[in-house]
Amino acid sequence: MALPAWLPHLVAAATLALLPPFAAADAVPSPPSPDISLRLAALGEWLWELWELIAPGGKLHPAGFLEHKGHLVVEALLVLLIAYLVWQPRSSPSKKADERLTEKEIDQLCEEWQPEPLCPEIESFPEVEKPLLATSVLGHHIEVDGEKLLNMVSTDFLGLSTSEHIKDVCRATINKYGVGSCGPRGFYGTVDVHLQLEESISEFMGTQETIIYSYDMATAASVLPAFANAKDVIVCDEAVHYPIQNGCTLSRAKVLKFKHNDMGDLERLLVKVAAEDKKLRKPLNRRFIVVEAIYHNTGELAPLDAIHALAAKHKYRLAVDESLAIGVLGPKGRGACEHFGLPPGGAEIVFASMGNALASAGGFCTGAREVADHQRLAGQGYCFSASQPPYLATSARAALEAVAGDGEGRRQVAKGAAQLRRELGRVAGLEVVGSHERDLLSPVVFLRLKDAPESSVEARRRLSELADWVRRRQRVLITIPISSPIEWRDWGPAIRIVVTARHGEGELRGLAKGLEEGLKELSKKW
Amino acid sequence: MGSPPRPSYVIAISAYISWTVWFLFGHIRDFIRDVFWASKARKDYAPIRQSYEDFYTRRVFYRLHDCFNRPIASAPSAWVDVLHRTPVNEDKPLELTGDQSKVLNLSSYNYLGFAASDEYCTPRVLDTLDRLGWGACCSRSEAGTTDKHVELEETVAEFLGVEAAITFPMGFATNAFNIPVIVGKGCLIISDSLNHASIVNGSRGSGAKIKVFKHDNMTHLEQILRTSIAEGQPRTRRPWKKILIIVEGIYSMEGEICSNLKTIVALKKKYKAYLFLDEAHSIGAIGETGRGATEHAGVNPRDVDVMMGTFTKSFGSCGGYIGGSKQLIKCIRNHCPAHLHATSMSPPAAEQVISALRLIMNKAGNGRGPQKIRTLRDNSNYVRKRLIDLGLEVLGDFDSPVMPVMIYNPGKLALFSRLCFRDGVAVVMVGFPATTLVNSRTRLCISAAHTKEDLDYALEVIEDVADQLVMRYRPKDHKKERKVRSAASHMMKAKAGG
Repeated sequence: MALPAWLPHLVAAATLALLPPFAAADAVPSPPSPDISLRLAALGEWLWELWELIAPGGKLHPAGFLEHKGHLVVEALLVLLIAYLVWQPRSSPSKKADERLTEKEIDQLCEEWQPEPLCPEIESFPEVEKPLLATSVLGHHIEVDGEKLLNMVSTDFLGLSTSEHIKDVCRATINKYGVGSCGPRGFYGTVDVHLQLEESISEFMGTQETIIYSYDMATAASVLPAFANAKDVIVCDEAVHYPIQNGCTLSRAKVLKFKHNDMGDLERLLVKVAAEDKKLRKPLNRRFIVVEAIYHNTGELAPLDAIHALAAKHKYRLAVDESLAIGVLGPKGRGACEHFGLPPGGAEIVFASMGNALASAGGFCTGAREVADHQRLAGQGYCFSASQPPYLATSARAALEAVAGDGEGRRQVAKGAAQLRRELGRVAGLEVVGSHERDLLSPVVFLRLKDAPESSVEARRRLSELADWVRRRQRVLITIPISSPIEWRDWGPAIRIVVTARHGEGELRGLAKGLEEGLKELSKKW
Repeated sequence: MGSPPRPSYVIAISAYISWTVWFLFGHIRDFIRDVFWASKARKDYAPIRQSYEDFYTRRVFYRLHDCFNRPIASAPSAWVDVLHRTPVNEDKPLELTGDQSKVLNLSSYNYLGFAASDEYCTPRVLDTLDRLGWGACCSRSEAGTTDKHVELEETVAEFLGVEAAITFPMGFATNAFNIPVIVGKGCLIISDSLNHASIVNGSRGSGAKIKVFKHDNMTHLEQILRTSIAEGQPRTRRPWKKILIIVEGIYSMEGEICSNLKTIVALKKKYKAYLFLDEAHSIGAIGETGRGATEHAGVNPRDVDVMMGTFTKSFGSCGGYIGGSKQLIKCIRNHCPAHLHATSMSPPAAEQVISALRLIMNKAGNGRGPQKIRTLRDNSNYVRKRLIDLGLEVLGDFDSPVMPVMIYNPGKLALFSRLCFRDGVAVVMVGFPATTLVNSRTRLCISAAHTKEDLDYALEVIEDVADQLVMRYRPKDHKKERKVRSAASHMMKAKAGG
C-alpha cells in the first residue's frame, strides 16, 4: 500500500498556510521595509481569528469540538492509521517476480546438481583395515593372530582385566541380571548395581555425588554441553582428545585453545578474555578451563597445580578428564587432582573413563550434588541412552575396591613408567614426548623419531617397521595410534607404549634395548 | 499420521492451568528463596546452573520424580523387581527403603524377550566371558578387536542384507560420532522433526547445515529438497556437497512406523540425496523376519545408504551398528574417533548379540527366534486393538510394539504412573520437555516375553486407572465398547445362571 497521492499536496498546502506569519517574524530584524506595519497588522488579525476559533465557544475549542462530534473524525483517522500499519508487509519487500525461480528452472537445477560421493576414496591404514585379532587374554600377555605377545597396548594399568575375582562377579551378575539393561536410566534402566557403583565412586573419590555414563566417549561430550552454553567461555588445551572437542562444539560456547601445557599462553588467554569482557561490559558468565590429567594424544601430565592457581585467580571453574590418571596417580589413586594436592572441589567437574585402570566400560562424572544431579536431566548421553550393562557396573565396582587397596600396583606403575622413560630417553634417534620431570609418572609413553622425515606418511611407515621389528624379535606388542580427520589436529605419528604394574624391570629394559637395536638396523635401510 | 492428536479445548485448557499453577508457585517460591535465603553461589562466579536452567527440575520434576528412575533389582524381563523408595520430599534424593515388589514390565525395550537369561544365549555369553574377559582396555583399531567383534560385524551385515557393517559399544554414540564422519561443512542434513536426540547431537557436532521437515510429511520433504538444491548453500550460494536425509524406523515417542520409506527412497533417488535410516527400535521388532523397517515397507536395504541400529532393544545387549557399502564402512573404520580411540565393545555383550541374531535368523534354537517375532507382533496388535477399543487415545501403527497413550494433563501423568505401579504395572511417563506442554503421554512397550495373561492383567489395570483419571478420550469407541462388554457380561451371567 503506497502513500496516498494527495498527501504531499496536503502537506505543502499546510506549510504554505503557516509560512506567512513565520516569514513575517523572520523579517523583523531586517531593515524595516515600508509595508512592515501592514504585515504586522495582518499577523495580528490572523492570530485573533485563530483565538476566536479555539477560545471557549469557538468552533475548535475542545468543548465545541466534542459537541460537534469532531473527535469521531480524529478517532476514525487513527483507526485507519492502525489498519494501514497492520496491513504493511511484515519484512523487507518480497522478491520481484522475475527474480523468483520457476518450477521448471528448479527442476533444471535439481537435474544439474551432482553431489559428492557419500564417502570419498580415502587413504586407509592397514592396521585399521586388518586389525590385530586378539583371540585370548592371558595376564599381561595377549594372544594375537595365534601369537603370544607381551601386551604394551592395553591401558589396563593395574592388570585387573584378568582378575579371577572380577570374572566371577561378572558371571554372577550376568546370571542374575542378563546382559543388557534394555532401557535408559529414567525408564526402569536403573539397576541397583548402578546405584551401588555411583556410591562407590563417590566414596572413592571423596565427592558428594556421581553419575555414570554407559560409554567413555559420550561422557565428556555430554558433561560440557550440560553446563556451558552460547554465553559461556571454555578455555581448553589444544591437545584434548575428541570427546572434549565434541563437547565444546555441542555446547556452542566460545572455545579458546591454549598451546599444549603452556601456562604462559593460558594466562595470556585468560587476561585477554577478562579485558574483552570488561571492554564490552559483559554480564558474568560461566567460564571453564578444561584439561586432561594425562593427555590421550601425548601422554603428558597437565601441571594441574599451576592451572588450578590460574583458574582460581581468574575465577574460572576447572574441569579435568582423569581417564588415564584414575588408579594411577595420587596416594589413594584418585588421580591427578589428588597428586597435585588440589583442595577438595578444586576441580569442580571431574570426569573419567572406566575403560582404563578399572578395566570395565563406560564413564563417570563426579562432584558436588548439583553438578551430578543436573546432568540427570541435562546430560544427553545419560538421558537418551540405555544404561550400562549391569555386569560392567559390578565389574567396575569390584575393580574400584581393588584399586583402593592396591598402593603397591600404583608404585609399580610409577616405577616402570619412570624406568622406561629414562631408558628410552637415552636411545639415540628416538624422542620421548614429554620431557618435564612430572611426565616421568605417566605410564602412557609416546615415542617419535628424532630425525623424522618431512612427510608424515613416511614417518609413519618407518615407525610401523620399527614396531613390527620389536614384535617379531622381542614378542612385544606396541602400536601407532591413528587420528581422525574430524579431530582438531593430527599430533603426528608416534609409537604408543603403555606401562602397567605387571611389566617387570627386565621386560621394560628388553623393550628399550629392542627398540634401540631395531632402530640401528632399520636406519641403515632408511 | 503426522502430529499427535490434539486434545479437546477443555482438556488443553485444564492442562495449561496445571502448568500455570506450577509455574506461578515455582516462581513465587523462587522469589521468596531469593529474598530470604542468600544465594550460596561463589563470589565472582556465575552459578553453575542458572536459576532458569534448572527451574523445571526444581519446581516441577522434583514433585513427580518418584515416577522416574525407579531402580530395579532383576533382569528387565516380563516381570521385574522394583525397589521401593521414600516418598517425595522437596528436592531431597529418594532413599531406598529396602522393600521391593514384582511388577509387570511394560517399560523396557525388551521386544524379543532377550533381557532375561536364555537357554541358548547365556551359556555362550559366559563362555566368551571366560575366554576373552569383559573389558579389553583398548580401542578397536589397536588390540581391542577380538574374533567376536569380527563375527558380530559379519553376522550383522548378513542379517541386514548389506555389504558390510561396523559396531560400537553404545547406540547413542553410534549416531553422535558417525554422522560427523559422513557429513561435514558444506553438507546439508534434512532431518525429521521427531528424530532422536542422538541424531540431533550427531548433526550438530558435524558442522553441516541442518533443516528439519515436518514429521513424516513427504510434500514438505520434497519442497525442502527442491529449494535447497536450487538455492545452494546460504550466503556463499555454492552447491551443496552432499545432502543426507535422516529418518527413523520407529519413532520411539510416537510408536509410528516409518511407512513412507518407499516414497523417501524414491525422493532420495530423484534428488540424488543420501538416506540415513535409524532402526534403533525397529530392528528385530518389525518385519516378517525381524529385519526392521525396510522389510516392513518392502524396500531393498541396499537402497538405504546408511543403515543404523542398536543392540539395546531387541537383542538385549548394548551398542549399535552402521551397515552399508564396503566403501562407507571402510571410511568409518578409518575416520571415526570412536572406532580409533574409545574402548571396544565388551566381548560378552557382542556374544549376546551374535547368539540372539543366530536365533532370529533361525540358525539355531529350532525356530525359537521366528516364533518370538510372531509372538511380539501378535502381542502388540492384541494390546493395541484392546486399548483402542477401550476408548484410549493410542498413537502409532499396528505391528509396532511401542504404544504411547495420550494423557495430555501433566497432573494425571504422575497419578497414572503411581496408580499403575500400585496395581503392579510398570509404565513409562513422557512429558514436557520431551513433548509439548499439553502432549504428556504414557508409553507401553510390548515384549514377546509377555503371556496373554500378563497382557490381560495389564489391560485390566490400565482400564481401571483410565476410568479413575477420565482418560477415555475417544467417546464413540468407548460407547461401542461398553455395549460389547455389557453383552459379554450378560452372556456370562446367562452361562453362570444356566
